[in-house]
Amino acid sequence: MGRFAAAGITCSVWRVWRRNWDAFVKTYQVNFIPPFVEPFLYLLALGFGLGTYIETIDGVSYPRFIAPALISVSVMYSAFFECTYSSFVRMYYRKTFDAIIATPIGIEEVIAGEILWGATRALIYAALMLPVLVAFGVVDLPVSVLVVPFAFLAGLLFASIGMCFTAITPSIDALNYPSFLFITPMFLFSGTFFPLSLLPPIVQYIALAVLPLTHVVSVNRAITLTAFSPILYFDLIWIGAVTLVLFLLSIRLMRRRLIA
Amino acid sequence: MFREHDMYHPPEEGPVIGDVIVADNLEKRFGNVVAVDRVSFSVREGEIFGFLGPNGAGKTTTMKMIQCVSPKTGGTLRVFGMDVDTHPREIKRHLGVVPQENNLDPDFTAFQNLTIYARYFGIPRREAEERAMELLEFMQLEEKSAMVIEKLSGGMRRRLIIARALINAPKLLILDEPTIGLDPQARHLIWGKLRALQAEGNTLVLTTHYLDEAARLCDRLVIMDRGKILVEGSPEALVRRHVGTDIVEAERTPDVVACIDGMGVRYDVTADTVQIYTNEPEDVVRTLLDACRHGAVTARPATLEDVFLKLTGRPLRE
Repeated sequence: MGRFAAAGITCSVWRVWRRNWDAFVKTYQVNFIPPFVEPFLYLLALGFGLGTYIETIDGVSYPRFIAPALISVSVMYSAFFECTYSSFVRMYYRKTFDAIIATPIGIEEVIAGEILWGATRALIYAALMLPVLVAFGVVDLPVSVLVVPFAFLAGLLFASIGMCFTAITPSIDALNYPSFLFITPMFLFSGTFFPLSLLPPIVQYIALAVLPLTHVVSVNRAITLTAFSPILYFDLIWIGAVTLVLFLLSIRLMRRRLIA
Repeated sequence: MFREHDMYHPPEEGPVIGDVIVADNLEKRFGNVVAVDRVSFSVREGEIFGFLGPNGAGKTTTMKMIQCVSPKTGGTLRVFGMDVDTHPREIKRHLGVVPQENNLDPDFTAFQNLTIYARYFGIPRREAEERAMELLEFMQLEEKSAMVIEKLSGGMRRRLIIARALINAPKLLILDEPTIGLDPQARHLIWGKLRALQAEGNTLVLTTHYLDEAARLCDRLVIMDRGKILVEGSPEALVRRHVGTDIVEAERTPDVVACIDGMGVRYDVTADTVQIYTNEPEDVVRTLLDACRHGAVTARPATLEDVFLKLTGRPLRE
């Protein structure tokens, strides 16, 4: 038993998830503000401020171009930071994981529950941002509602990425490295605020290969602009496959870290 | 005809008492370091069993193997008759754990800490809430029910952790340093509660650095050092066997040491005293007073601490 990372995962994961949900609900006032304020600020500053100098991108107005990117970035941040800094605090400083594995719940389930929670948080943020974007008239309805369930899948991806870093980081400060060297470049170079096609082809390939956000932005943009194309299959398969691999890897790395 | 009860006869001496934990040549290695070096012991149902030893003796590692959170690297270990490697979930269902470090959940109140913990065991909500109230009352924390953890004192946190460990009505309670860092009042309260739990038929396993605590609580104990079990027995029997009933302490001077050497008694030399282990303290004192050029001489009953220091030595452990 235990060779397989996913072996031994039962519905107990939802009990781990539920602990985080309960803590989130307790402080909902603080938690609900960012997803409302963030799109507002970005749309005003970039969309309607800077955007007045940009007529259209591929026939799309600039605020409409960046709207799906705003959701994608928020999904990335909420899931990644939940499963890095927040999970690390629970694991290392508060010993919450140790407390849980003294019950019938196993470490695999704790990690899976944390990742599911990170994805849920991404979903909540997307669901809260959407009405703001609708109010600005920068996303198509009703199809844009799809960004909410997709936020869960994309959230799983970024939560798994975060958990892999949490499993190997020597300290909470060292988590700044992936944040600045991986997440911030992704925020800028994933077809978020300007089309990927402006970059040299080689950089485009690198972005598509190693920057998960490019695929997430691509799917969200297709949804909010109602512009679906076969390339979406490639994005979705890439996201699904990488998520699965990193999910299993994060559990394996965490078990190595915590079970000695 | 084959009859099922023919297969196994429990020993017929007195009431049948099962062994809750049986370790046989249990070993734990971390790379090349042997933390627990092939130890064998068993814990009987209903007793308080102690693990004593200096830092790094392997006590906590042994606890973690019993809790099924640290895989053993050798030997066998059965808890409730089940193998820790193959039945961790079933074992953990009936286990209560008080860890050395406080790991209460600071996001929640005292009451919620118990109900959320109950959920990890799959205890239904209504039942969990009832049990949480009962346990808060049992640990004299009912007035702190709605307080967040950071508002609780060290003693209250420790009591809350014990309450949390009881949420699943465990058959076996494992306590790693249950009264570490507490004031005497809090320690006495906890000792009383642990005794009460034993009276209800629970089995308790604890580690402690407080030898008075071990002597007071434990029916049996082992003293570990460098991964091995040095001795096993009841506190009184260990004191009697390894030290004697009494200790005579004399100020350490070359004269006294030379004099005692000629007396044919067992003794130990510390930084500033000579400790003589004996069952006849009056005779020893008299001889000392009569025959030796002595400084201060005192006699006192021997304690578990004397056994501990005698067996594990006096140099400091880091």
